[in-house]
Amino acid sequence: MTFPILSSLVIVPVAACVLLLLVGNRDEARAGLIRWVALGASLLVFALTLLLWARFDASSADFQFVERVPWIPAFGIDYHVGADGISLLLVVMTGFLTPIALLSSWGSIERKVKEFSIFILALEAAMIGVFIALDLFLFYVFWDAMLIPMYFLIGIWGYERRIYAAVKFILYTMAGSVLMLVAILGLAWIHQQTTGAYSFDLLALGALQVPAGTQFWFFLAFALAFAIKVPLFPFHTWLPDAHVEAPTAGSIILAGVLLKMGTYGLIRFAFPLFPEAAAYFAPLLGVLAVIGIIYGALVAMVQPDMKKLVAYSSVSHLGFVVLGIAAMNLQGLQGAVFQMLAHGVSTGGLFLLVGMLSDRRHTRLIAEFGGLKSVMPRLTAVFLIITLASIGLPTLNGFIGEFLILLGAFAADWRFAAFAATGVILSAVYMLWMVQRVYYGPVTNEKNANLPDLTPREWAAAAPLVAAAILMGVAPTLFLKPAEPAVTRIVQQLEQVHRVAAPAPPIGPSADAAPGASRDLR
Amino acid sequence: MTDSWFAALIPAACVTAAALAAMVVEAFRDRHEHPPIGLLGTIGLVAALAACVVLWDRNQVSFGMIQADNFGLFASMIVLVAALLTVALSAPAIERERLPAGDYYAVMLFAVVGMVLMAMAIDLLMIFLALEILSIGVYVLTGMRRDRVASSEGAFKYFLLGAFSSAFFLYGVALTYVLTGTTRLDRIGAYMAAEAMNTTPLMLIALAMLLVGFAFKISAVPFHMWTPDAYEGAPAIVTGFMSTAVKAAAFAAFVRVFLSALEPLQGDWAPVLWVIAMLTMILGTVVGVAQSNLKRMLAYSSIAHAGYLLVGLIAANEVGKAGILFYLLVYAVSNLGAFGVIVLMATRESPRDELGDYTGLWHVRPGLAALMTVFLLSLGGLPPTAGFVAKWYVFSAAVRAGYYELAIVGLLTSVVSVFFYLRVVVMMYMAEPAAQPARPAAGVLAMSALAVSTAAVFYLGILPTRVLDLAAASVGTIF
Repeated sequence: MTFPILSSLVIVPVAACVLLLLVGNRDEARAGLIRWVALGASLLVFALTLLLWARFDASSADFQFVERVPWIPAFGIDYHVGADGISLLLVVMTGFLTPIALLSSWGSIERKVKEFSIFILALEAAMIGVFIALDLFLFYVFWDAMLIPMYFLIGIWGYERRIYAAVKFILYTMAGSVLMLVAILGLAWIHQQTTGAYSFDLLALGALQVPAGTQFWFFLAFALAFAIKVPLFPFHTWLPDAHVEAPTAGSIILAGVLLKMGTYGLIRFAFPLFPEAAAYFAPLLGVLAVIGIIYGALVAMVQPDMKKLVAYSSVSHLGFVVLGIAAMNLQGLQGAVFQMLAHGVSTGGLFLLVGMLSDRRHTRLIAEFGGLKSVMPRLTAVFLIITLASIGLPTLNGFIGEFLILLGAFAADWRFAAFAATGVILSAVYMLWMVQRVYYGPVTNEKNANLPDLTPREWAAAAPLVAAAILMGVAPTLFLKPAEPAVTRIVQQLEQVHRVAAPAPPIGPSADAAPGASRDLR
Repeated sequence: MTDSWFAALIPAACVTAAALAAMVVEAFRDRHEHPPIGLLGTIGLVAALAACVVLWDRNQVSFGMIQADNFGLFASMIVLVAALLTVALSAPAIERERLPAGDYYAVMLFAVVGMVLMAMAIDLLMIFLALEILSIGVYVLTGMRRDRVASSEGAFKYFLLGAFSSAFFLYGVALTYVLTGTTRLDRIGAYMAAEAMNTTPLMLIALAMLLVGFAFKISAVPFHMWTPDAYEGAPAIVTGFMSTAVKAAAFAAFVRVFLSALEPLQGDWAPVLWVIAMLTMILGTVVGVAQSNLKRMLAYSSIAHAGYLLVGLIAANEVGKAGILFYLLVYAVSNLGAFGVIVLMATRESPRDELGDYTGLWHVRPGLAALMTVFLLSLGGLPPTAGFVAKWYVFSAAVRAGYYELAIVGLLTSVVSVFFYLRVVVMMYMAEPAAQPARPAAGVLAMSALAVSTAAVFYLGILPTRVLDLAAASVGTIF
């Protein structure tokens, strides 16, 4: 039997949780030990994800490292995991960001370190589980289980309005996902009717011929769950609260990984499972994505709070990802996958750096800062690089994704690309404006005059992000290549159905449910 | 089906023996002696559990009244497990509330006898008798703290309304007898199957009467009025017992009557139950949101859970029936666990069951807070706890039967219910500890009961296969 590498990615963090549970930590006496154990475990996971990448066959579109064990046989539920290129990249990113999140907390989390570390590691296990699950039941279990540690992270270690933000986060996400659960149950039932046996297997359900009217509803249920997670305009209102109130580590993971679960879900489940409904709704998704891009950017511009600004910039950037998916062509999807990674690195980085400022000054208001460049030149340099990465400067990671997405969107409908491109400009405006107000000019506030520059620990957290941003910018093929076969396969699936169903009349009960968009979005 | 003289009665007999022993010991003890009556109860319950295991797959029938089929045995085992957990958690409550130990255990065990009989009864009269045995026991338990007004008020309300609903039920039995000339479920079923095409008003009235009787016992809306008062007034441990064991027994009989004898009339009762289930789920959760007393909150949540269980009944397929059994088991361990924590929180001066009493519990008793969180998350149906699998099971039955709207409302209301379960978690974890935080002491027995419940919550949540298969197999034998 080969080494179950994918399962180990889930088991190692869970085992570390159990280990930490056994460590007594009265009055934080062993906080140091606990931090190192947690960091060690997360680094081990990262090493395993790299091993996964090294062993990954980038020329294949199939799921690799597949493990399959019957779980609830009466319902055809298996413990079924596997990774294609898209999963691989997201798993690696999760493994990459978790140690950084843990490191970022060393300076700011002083109480209940043990529980904090346990929740972060549990979160990591659940997130990786979401990206590797090939059984819809298993996927849903990870998807919902992920909410619990995040809820505690926000609610216990967050800022002033943390309880409100935590409860809003969990209720909003759950409300969206229960409808998906109904759709999953419905799919399994349709499978039972056609083949005589229940199945929650993604591949088996993908082969199913779901009637068009049913697709319509099921797609809506799936898309709603994912749209809330992404978050797509107008389902984004939980995000600023959760981001702003979460502790730095929580924000890094929230922005870096959690939001990607929504876009990943669209790519992996909603579009391939219901291709006809997807083709029908893609224009609507595109319109919402473009609105999100522009709206998020405009709202970000007027934020007085740095963290809130970055949070709204996420709404804008994730809009690009959804636009790329809605374009339903190779460039668009490739760009979407790449942008998911790029956003993880750069926005994760921004939250990390804003967290460092907030640790020093206990405020995140832009007006409280100014002229930091002369006080802490190194932090300024790092911040500037990450900012430029975020706004999509060529040779940094943001550029490639946005470029590909715009290319794909243009091929689908030039109007999407035209409007979305303004988002690129706007992002430069609000990000650079913030940088200017915080770092340049004279030191206006006395309290800022003697702030310490980056400590070695902070370097250790920030340097990998800078390196990743540059690496992704100069060698994008490294990241595009593994995902390409998988993306091509998904595009082919979508095209196939479209060709078969080309002359078919509009799907679903009402033909005018997608207003304001060209129906011929491909 | 083999008619054996006494075999099917063995589980009930074991519990009866324990109850009688408890009475005798109480009667003959010295004033300052504290004989281990709880242990007697434990022995009786374990013996009954063992008897259930031995009787499994044998399908014994006694006197044409009691049938130990797998369905009845599974339901009985849920009742017995709930009773065992209750006994294990009772000791601190009895000591603190100064309840008469012998009376308490004896009455509780007699109620268990009624429940076990109810789960296995195949005759409407037997169901009625069992219902009365269990009800009277539970009335007494509710009012056990005679010095407390709330306790007496709850018990009185429960008794009055309960007596009323029993009358309804009995009237339903009488009308059924008038129609069919029998009270045996199988014969009623045969009659109904023959006459299903031309229903008479009398049949519908009989149906409605029986429905009211059951709806009252499972506290479905609009027959739920007694629940919050009785649950709040009763000692916490009794509330936990009532909400799990009584519900399990009542649902077992409900399923048996409606899905075997009255199954041919499904077209008539399903729409009514559909409305009741909707109302129950919605009212239970919406009103639950407004509660600040933990016991009252769990009372409303118990109403909501009755609604989810009704969904399985309405679906009326194999998955639904097995789902009800699985759900009852999961609900028993989760809810009793939560009530166990409430029991441990109480002090002699105050029951400490207000939401505010849980402020900052995490900082004082992290273990207890973590256990409470696990139970509440299970009640809310979040993976990887058992509550998620149970909900998934019941609602997949609804989807399979085409009741998408029940599944959607059920799941949306469970999101609302998560809101009020989380309020407790917020209090325990995210609020600063009060000036004098609770420092509850916990005995070994009570802690081990909680540990068992926790283990069960995770076992049934992560590896549910064995128990799911057992539940599925047990409904396969009779329906």
